[in-house]
Amino acid sequence: MNTQTRLVQVRTKILKQNDVLARGLRQRFARDGVTVVSLVSSPGAGKTALLEALLGRLRDEFRVAALVGDLATDNDARRLARAEVPTKQITTGTVCHLEADMVAEALEGWNTGELDFLFIENVGNLVCPATWDLGEQLRLVLFSVTEGEDKPLKYPTIFNTADVAVITKADLADAVEFDADAANRSLQSVRPGIETLKVSAKTGEGMGALLQRLRALRGGGKQWAE
Amino acid sequence: MHELSIALNLLDVAAEEAERRNIKSVEAVHIKLGPLSGVVKSALISAYDLAREHSPFPDSRLVVEDVPIVIYCEPCAAEQPAASIQQLVCPVCHTPSGKIVMGREMELTALEIADSEIEP
Repeated sequence: MNTQTRLVQVRTKILKQNDVLARGLRQRFARDGVTVVSLVSSPGAGKTALLEALLGRLRDEFRVAALVGDLATDNDARRLARAEVPTKQITTGTVCHLEADMVAEALEGWNTGELDFLFIENVGNLVCPATWDLGEQLRLVLFSVTEGEDKPLKYPTIFNTADVAVITKADLADAVEFDADAANRSLQSVRPGIETLKVSAKTGEGMGALLQRLRALRGGGKQWAE
Repeated sequence: MHELSIALNLLDVAAEEAERRNIKSVEAVHIKLGPLSGVVKSALISAYDLAREHSPFPDSRLVVEDVPIVIYCEPCAAEQPAASIQQLVCPVCHTPSGKIVMGREMELTALEIADSEIEP
């Protein structure tokens, strides 16, 4: 038996299928004029609280909606529904991240042309969501003051795929002796130049700057998938 | 663990490429993996061993080529290897750079096949 082997060169992205879908979503969002922002963070960093605060402030000015990814419960979607904007839960089962096809499926029956902003809350996880493009225009990575200033150094990849770092729970910064300089050094080390905002969804601190950032985004575009 | 999803995607892409080239049997699947892909190599290899059983290539191996992180350094006007995944800094002039040239790769690069597969 001949055991010689040879290599047949191919060059294909492993997540080609997801990237194609994400590109299609991004084109659809651009065509429909909806600005899509995704949120990633560890569990408990405050994605849902921040979204509640954002939806509550944006809904008087814009048509907003949210998709929320979770492994099992729909608690977050029910919380967000209290902001009286359209929300939908994506229950991922055992999957620890959202993929473009889950977003596409969740949007079935929705006319995204009737929206100004769509927020996508990913599953709380600082590893897995980094890899999947969801067709979003802006990706926010949240990191709370209670998590330790070196979080970006521990999970560099997710910080690297994000556009803006949002330091959350700013109202607790003094109580936990949060070192903002150390946190910024960690962020800039893994993602030089990353824009950073510090907010408290509870007190409203820094929310104005984040809202300004989101308003400025309307009309802009992000090219992530090739 | 998202590596199982990635292994399944990889086997789909590999099967598609093999079919296009009329390849029936694959000995090994070769990929390039960058540190910024977010994939843990050992976890992907374990996941591949699980996923391959239900693929057209149940006996295939996964061969991973690690690629370095390379950034573009403005002051040096050159591509430079990053100091580390936690320090995207030029090793020559120590300027940080967010311009990533290489390191996000997650690509199928080759299918390794038995010579007997090649038609004369």
